[in-house]
Amino acid sequence: MTMVLLIEQILNGLQLGVMLFLMSAGLTLVFGVMGLINLAHGSLYMVGAFACAAVATATGSFFLGLLASLAAAAAAGAIVEMTVIRRLYARDHLDQVLATFALILVFSEGTRWMFGSFPLFLDVPDLLSGPISLPGGIQYPLYRLAIIVVGLCVAAGLFWLIAKTRLGIRIRAGESDRDMIAALGVDISRLYTIVFALGAALAGLAGALVGAIQSVQVGMGEPVLILAFVVIVIGGIGSIKGALIGALLVGLTDTLGRALLPTVFGYFMDPINATTVGASLASMLIYILMAGVLLWRPSGLFKVA
Amino acid sequence: MQRETWINLAILLGLILVPLWAVVMDEPFTITLTTKVVILALAGVGLNIALGYGGLVSFGHAAFFGVGGYAMGVLASHAQSYTPMQIGALEVEGTKSMLIIWAVAIVFSGITALFIGALSLRTSGVYFIMITLAFGQMLYYFAISWPAYGGEDGLSIYVRNGFPGLNTLDPIQFYCICFVLLCAALLVSARLSSSSFGLALHGARQNAERLEAVGVRPFKLRLTAFVISGMITGLAGALFADLNRFVSPTMFSWHTSGEIMIFVILGGVGRLFGPVVGAALFILLEHWLGGISDFWQFYLGLILLAVVLFARGGVIGTLAGREVAHD
Repeated sequence: MTMVLLIEQILNGLQLGVMLFLMSAGLTLVFGVMGLINLAHGSLYMVGAFACAAVATATGSFFLGLLASLAAAAAAGAIVEMTVIRRLYARDHLDQVLATFALILVFSEGTRWMFGSFPLFLDVPDLLSGPISLPGGIQYPLYRLAIIVVGLCVAAGLFWLIAKTRLGIRIRAGESDRDMIAALGVDISRLYTIVFALGAALAGLAGALVGAIQSVQVGMGEPVLILAFVVIVIGGIGSIKGALIGALLVGLTDTLGRALLPTVFGYFMDPINATTVGASLASMLIYILMAGVLLWRPSGLFKVA
Repeated sequence: MQRETWINLAILLGLILVPLWAVVMDEPFTITLTTKVVILALAGVGLNIALGYGGLVSFGHAAFFGVGGYAMGVLASHAQSYTPMQIGALEVEGTKSMLIIWAVAIVFSGITALFIGALSLRTSGVYFIMITLAFGQMLYYFAISWPAYGGEDGLSIYVRNGFPGLNTLDPIQFYCICFVLLCAALLVSARLSSSSFGLALHGARQNAERLEAVGVRPFKLRLTAFVISGMITGLAGALFADLNRFVSPTMFSWHTSGEIMIFVILGGVGRLFGPVVGAALFILLEHWLGGISDFWQFYLGLILLAVVLFARGGVIGTLAGREVAHD
């Protein structure tokens, strides 16, 4: 494998990692502040992608589509929080898992009802289409590079929000002591709605950005949701920093594993077996990584006290 | 007798009368549907031991369901193509005998459960839910990417496996096999719950520290419960594969784990007959809503949501009241 190919794969891994961060940030915040497992987070990702595709097709502007994805996912998140999720905070994880599993069914079938079973078409905007030359003679798709940049900017923005703003202070206070912050006069249910909608908007943005390179279809959120769970468990549930590190770790491990393992096994096995074993092992690699991390640190890398 | 016992007897009676009626009316489809209920209930009875008695929220029981299914698929596919399996230097013949397949399914899902449990039980709470989910997904992707046994397409078995003295292709005879196995599993589950092991297990769920203080290690108890639970679910997987005469990676998917969990919660967590009621209700809803609308999962989602939000303790909990302590 040449150096150029390796760098390309690393960039692909970064792109996947950054996407996963957008998904996991909301998931980990919601768990950290409200103590809720939200399986329906992948549905919000899907809502974002569908909103973007629908608006981009109607108006011809991808960027209006992105705004629509943020708005639609945040609105869907806020509505779901106020009608269903709110009743689940005091329940045990079992009830939360079942209720949000039911929400997935409602969201997926509702979307199929509205948009039909066929994938929607969402194209990369002209401004960002085509490859870009990187130093070292590497040709890389501009759009994927843009995703990495956008993702890193959002990550930076989120860290600023959590560390420096009043909302961030309240979120951190909510993570460490829910009852105390309510007793101090902060409208806790409004804070919960805001946190949930914020997480939803990030998931929606991720869905819209990925929708342009993959297909926009019902059920697109579920594989990503599972990956996002792996990310937050590796990073430590409730920790934004852990989500970022975990996301990059998972993105790179998955992409590089798929690219490299078959070659690596080729050195000491016959080629056909090497491809089979390499590919099967590569698809299991992140789960092995997660099991390994949990055995070493049963509460993830960056546990929130 | 307590009200729950009456409800349980009524359910058993229903599982006998419905297929009997179907035989008289010559409705083989109803028998097949009831068989599906019984097999999925068996998977739920397995999960209930870990989830209900042990308080271990496993989101990866599809792993055992799938291992059981593939035990049947692999053995039967070797038997139907008359090619022995190569395990190292050892040659193993495939088989079409249900009894051997069940034994293999139970042993292998037990080993899988021992492995997954020993690693996962080091964590607790959400981490336990997630790591069991991850192990399930691991096996799912393994099944997809391993081409020797059909990969993503799965394996078709043309003739149902045999049972001495019975014609398993006759729906009612296959139903009887499944029903007897379900009853056996329910008996095991009931005996387990009231045995000293079961009492300690209930204790580990309610207050692990107190249990440790009196000198019982919760880890061993939980692991044993997890393995027994996995074995029963694995047996259900082998039967399910035999019902459909088809095995595919879908048996390993997290949707399967979610559904088995739904059976238990819908019926009532920790109730002996909870999984049976849950599976019956789920399959009935699926069948009934599927006839009404193409988008039946939408309504199913709404109904499930209503059950979680308003009918706590599941169906049996609502009917029989809170006689079993839940904490």
